[in-house]
Amino acid sequence: MADFDEELDASGLNCPLPILRAKKALAGMDAGKVLHIIATDPGSVKDFEAFSKQTGNELMESKEEGGKFHFLIKKV
Amino acid sequence: MEEKKLAIIATKGSLDWAYPPFILASTAAALGYETQIFFTFYGLQLCKKQLDLKVTPLGNPGMPMPMGMEKWFPVILTALPGMEAMMTAMMKKKMADKGVASVDELRSLCVEAEVKLIACQMTVDLFDMNPADFIEGLEFAGAAAFFEFAGESDICLYI
Repeated sequence: MADFDEELDASGLNCPLPILRAKKALAGMDAGKVLHIIATDPGSVKDFEAFSKQTGNELMESKEEGGKFHFLIKKV
Repeated sequence: MEEKKLAIIATKGSLDWAYPPFILASTAAALGYETQIFFTFYGLQLCKKQLDLKVTPLGNPGMPMPMGMEKWFPVILTALPGMEAMMTAMMKKKMADKGVASVDELRSLCVEAEVKLIACQMTVDLFDMNPADFIEGLEFAGAAAFFEFAGESDICLYI
């Protein structure tokens, strides 16, 4: 997994909380910085794709590892 | 990219039906939508400072119950005193266990994200509701005010 600047553990949280927490975390970051999100909600895979498309923040990586979902999002 | 708009009318005041408006509004706000929720009739219960929302299987054959009770438990017994309170407590526990946010939390997230909350003035008058019982920041308006925003919205939902 590529480098990241901040990390958000949204494990155990269900829709729409992972997205809302990610939005909040990104709001406090500078453009170009990368947020690593960890989630357990299987719906978050499609949701982060949609979040990225609609907000313009780049989804650099999305993968499942050890029963958890990992996302890297670069703030636009 | 021009800001998209979402207009929601929330008409229901039970625990289960409190979720769709607040989930959709908070998510839309996170996606950059300008969002308004217009609360009318029983939807006004979702604007009270002290939320006291309940859920009942009575008249709702689609509601899953513990131990598959919806398949064998006689409907008339769901009207027994205490059933609503019990089902509400069980639903809240299930939601907490599954990491689903509370209605209070989702509503706060909406307020934080500047979702505009509007109460139907007519309903407030009709049911003699006390404006002091509602959360801060709630606006009071009528149908025409809703259309001003809804008419320009990209998505308009009646819940």
